[in-house]
Amino acid sequence: MKRWIRTLRTFLGVYYAYMLEYRSEIYLWALAGVFPFILMGVWIRAAESGHFGWEPVRFARYFFAVYLTRQLTVVWVIYEFEETVLKGTLSFYLLQPVPVVLRFLSSHLSERLARLPFMLALTLFFFLLYPRAFWIPDPRHILSFLILVTLAFGLRFLIQYTLSMLAFWTERAASVDEFFFLAYLFLSGMIAPLDVFPEGLRRFLMWTPFPYMLYTPARALMGGTVPWNQVLPVIALWGLFFWGLYRILWTRGLRHYSGMGA
Amino acid sequence: MKRYLRLLALFWSTSVAQEMEYRLNFLLALLSSLGSAAGGLFGLSLFYRAGHALSGWTYPEAVAVLGVFTLLQAFSRALLFPNLNRIVDHVQYGTLDFILLKPVDSQFWISLRILSPWALPDALMGSLLLMWATWQLKRSFLSLMGALPAILAGILILYGLWFFLASLTIWFVKIYNVTYVLQSFLEAGRFPIGAYPALFRWFFTFVLPVAFLTTVPARQVVGRTAGHVGSLVMAWGLGLLLFAGSRMFWRFALRFYTSASS
Repeated sequence: MKRWIRTLRTFLGVYYAYMLEYRSEIYLWALAGVFPFILMGVWIRAAESGHFGWEPVRFARYFFAVYLTRQLTVVWVIYEFEETVLKGTLSFYLLQPVPVVLRFLSSHLSERLARLPFMLALTLFFFLLYPRAFWIPDPRHILSFLILVTLAFGLRFLIQYTLSMLAFWTERAASVDEFFFLAYLFLSGMIAPLDVFPEGLRRFLMWTPFPYMLYTPARALMGGTVPWNQVLPVIALWGLFFWGLYRILWTRGLRHYSGMGA
Repeated sequence: MKRYLRLLALFWSTSVAQEMEYRLNFLLALLSSLGSAAGGLFGLSLFYRAGHALSGWTYPEAVAVLGVFTLLQAFSRALLFPNLNRIVDHVQYGTLDFILLKPVDSQFWISLRILSPWALPDALMGSLLLMWATWQLKRSFLSLMGALPAILAGILILYGLWFFLASLTIWFVKIYNVTYVLQSFLEAGRFPIGAYPALFRWFFTFVLPVAFLTTVPARQVVGRTAGHVGSLVMAWGLGLLLFAGSRMFWRFALRFYTSASS
């Protein structure tokens, strides 16, 4: 156990140093996540018509929370994994007595830390520009937000890592993820809160993993009640499903892996 | 001039022939283009089902904006992405040397060397959306053709902006992803500019001229032509200015190219 903690600490430290080297690049990626702010504009204007039952300020807070959630749950493991398989560098990782996934997980977690200063600056900038939207969430809401964001990141990482396993068989694993991303873009609450979706569609979506990756954490930060007895089982079920799939694909994939180029 | 046209035919026929090796990509591009069009329409419908008209435009009129947006996306996928995003590689590996040595205008080579055929589904989808909108609005096919000058101006503006950012990598290799920032801001072109609050409208007209990219051409399509000539003149003025600027900037930037690894 102690050994694991030490390994993880070392990995996080190393990857954090590595990420700091690429800070300018990371800040640009963070800036490229402005999509929620664009939609915020349209929805604020639309809310003024009073058709949607939400005040403009409420939309502003929602999309701000979406931005934060999205920044904290960004995942790109499929591109990294695809490269290690195609270039054969996976062979070196396999030789080390450390689970391969730990490497990717550390790089993702430490990148979050490197991104933090930019997120804080943008938060300040946003509230200076739109002070009416400023609010201090209740500590309990912050706690539920943090729990839900962690779960959202875990689920998204697990799903993308499972899809990455396809890289053992095809060179275009990342394009499979692009389809998943399209669904994520339109169904997770990025383009609008699920409250304005048609009732039937919303109820259906709550059974899919998508809303739990953005909508639920964002609503929790705004102070909405979290239906834990629905949220936790659905996340757990999808988590189990993808974890099982991942184990199967991983063992089969390794047998198929030829270490090309290494 | 004739020599350049012949070169262009050679460039494009070879790059298309090369891509034809990966025919499965066509299916993937088709599915992804279908998915994003469906998502875009769904996003629009969320406003209209509640009875809110974006900047007073009807649903088919808003679809026309989405159509122009999709067409411009096709253009960036066909030419801007495959060519301009490669400038950084040429700088990093020093292969820009070979381009500069060729007896061709280097900006011509670097901007038009590759034509990606996988943009075709997007181009088709954009045209379909536009045709549906004109048919719904009982407009003539001619009004669609009338939008061509405005779309061409949009293409010039888009090229100028993209080229400027992409050639910044001659100085800063690390910001290779800056064009993704531009692209994410351009997402604002999915909606008519009037659907945004005043601050957004100002930003997307004067700082980043998204309004000229999609709203101005769409206005011609749907026949909201009040004050249209003025904005068309402005769009062309801006487009030509940016294009001339890109020529000058390229020559200026090349002075700082130090030819890595040679």
